[in-house]
Amino acid sequence: MNLLKRGRLLALTFASIAVFGLVAACGDSNKEPAGPAGTAAPKLSGSILIDGSSTVFPITEAVAEEFKKVQSEVRITVGISGTGGGFTRFCNGETAISDASRPITQKEIDACAAKGIEYIELPVAYDALSIVVNTSNSFASCITVAQLKTMWDQPAQGTVTKWNQVNPAWPADGFKLYGPGTDSGTFDYFTEHVNGKAKQSRADYTASEDDNVLVTGVAGDKNALGYFGLAYLEENKTKIKAVQVDGGNGKCVEPNAANVENGTYPLSRPLFVYVKKTEASKPEVKAFVDFYLQNAAKLSSEVGYVKFPDRLYPLITSRWTALKVGTMYTPAPVAGTTLEQLLSKS
Amino acid sequence: MSVAAGTVKNGTTLQMRAKRRSLRRVREAPIHAFLFLCAALSILTTAGIVFVLFEETFNFFKEVSLTEFLGGTVWTPTFSQKSFGVLPLFNATIMMALTAMIVAVPLGLLVAIYLSEYAPNGVRQVVKPVLEILAGIPTVVYGYFALHFIAPEMLRPLGQETSFSAASASLAMAIMILPLVSSLSEDAMRAVPQSLREGAYGLGANKFEVATRVVLPGALSGIVAACILATSRAVGETMIVTIAAGGQPNLSWNPLEGMQALTGYIVQVSLGDTEQGGIEYSSIYAVGMLLFLTTLVMNIFAQWFLSRFREEYD
Repeated sequence: MNLLKRGRLLALTFASIAVFGLVAACGDSNKEPAGPAGTAAPKLSGSILIDGSSTVFPITEAVAEEFKKVQSEVRITVGISGTGGGFTRFCNGETAISDASRPITQKEIDACAAKGIEYIELPVAYDALSIVVNTSNSFASCITVAQLKTMWDQPAQGTVTKWNQVNPAWPADGFKLYGPGTDSGTFDYFTEHVNGKAKQSRADYTASEDDNVLVTGVAGDKNALGYFGLAYLEENKTKIKAVQVDGGNGKCVEPNAANVENGTYPLSRPLFVYVKKTEASKPEVKAFVDFYLQNAAKLSSEVGYVKFPDRLYPLITSRWTALKVGTMYTPAPVAGTTLEQLLSKS
Repeated sequence: MSVAAGTVKNGTTLQMRAKRRSLRRVREAPIHAFLFLCAALSILTTAGIVFVLFEETFNFFKEVSLTEFLGGTVWTPTFSQKSFGVLPLFNATIMMALTAMIVAVPLGLLVAIYLSEYAPNGVRQVVKPVLEILAGIPTVVYGYFALHFIAPEMLRPLGQETSFSAASASLAMAIMILPLVSSLSEDAMRAVPQSLREGAYGLGANKFEVATRVVLPGALSGIVAACILATSRAVGETMIVTIAAGGQPNLSWNPLEGMQALTGYIVQVSLGDTEQGGIEYSSIYAVGMLLFLTTLVMNIFAQWFLSRFREEYD
């Protein structure tokens, strides 16, 4: 057709590639000087591939950043495929560490076993799964778990669309829902604990594996309600508002560290990292996981999660140093078993 | 490439020339083969893509009927209660592409008429490359521009209630394809011979009449081809609709609502890691196939239109 000015476009492309290359180069050289921060540890190198839950991502990312200050030569990439997506890659042997916002499932255990992949399960912090609304929402200050089920369970699809269908005291306006996608461990946890069956949920909501998309959605929609991990609430407190949750005893509980620690918040759960056993012998991976466990308490609070009681960390560390493979959740623990009991039993 | 030879003096020069020519042929053979390989590579790649698309789509339709896929209005393949009606996604894609065209085509044509008929040479030489830079901006930038500027600053006053909307994605796409429409149309208009314009002037037409009644119809086939190419681009656009239009399949004609396009669904499913061989996995191929066929039909139509209505000037 001889219509496009190919030459010019080509030149433009090359120019932009050159510019990007330059910028990238500058970026690299700027980062370099962030050298050792006081430790005289041996210089390690290599790369660690991590993927999995976007809920656990903020902790792992924070640990990775701090670790880089000590070991600048170790390259760490942290993905956010969701817990399920992360385990698919992990059990396929693609990643060294998998972030998870729920324990590994039987299906995933079988997938890992089929590839001969053994793993060490390490709880790192508590999350409070948070229900959030737009800041201009003045009526939804407390919601019961039963009301959440009314709102989110499969039968609600297309039929429960107005606030007053959930709580008669609320207005007759339509609501819009924002929640994690089906690959997310947060989705698994929520559907199991609120709707009563894992993965059973209405589907007519804005779903994203990226919690920042959900924050943007709720922040810009006065009739929005969404759910995700506590860290994304803490980080965006000016943009969105938390809803207190009533577990059925008539008490409205705010999602925060104190209420998770004293066990009153009904939607709290532990977060995990899973380390591949064969990778654990690599010095850089060992150093990274050591570093992770030493700093999990401090960094998890910093990014908005809730640290375990201090007495739990030695139990987790000994689980790691003993390279104890397998999960604490199979066979399924008796209801009401605490994480501490699970850890000390194993 | 012609060898500059002076006046032919005798037979030896002629012989040398023939020898040189055959030598050149030998040297050019590998180049010829290499170029052929390049061309063949792109054809093989296309064939490979189509093959993979067909294979996975076939797997998909072993489990889902064609009528459910094309006629259903609920799209929830990743949930436990599965439903495979692709209409919400298809509708969103078509609606966003059309809205983008409604904005970009008139604007692009006006720009093209100005550049081709009115603008002084100096202005044209500056404006056209600058316009074409718009086409070089990464689409992820357009996506965030739509999400953080177009939606809150331009569409919220018009009644958009959510952060994501089809309209914001459409407007960003309109900006993106504007240079495609204007640049290709302008090329087509400039290809209309000067003698036609002069003839019209001779008959007493003014500049505006020449532009709209002589040049525009004369360049029509090129303009339509440009518009269809731009539509194909808008239909296949991924980043903008993923970022700005939201992630909820939504069968609606209200552009101020959020909705998920065909490409947006493919991105969403690929972001999480889906099990290979499952129905979620093959569903992205079925959606990709639909997308492929849509743009293919449009490109074929553009080719047909171009050959049917082409004005030949010699």
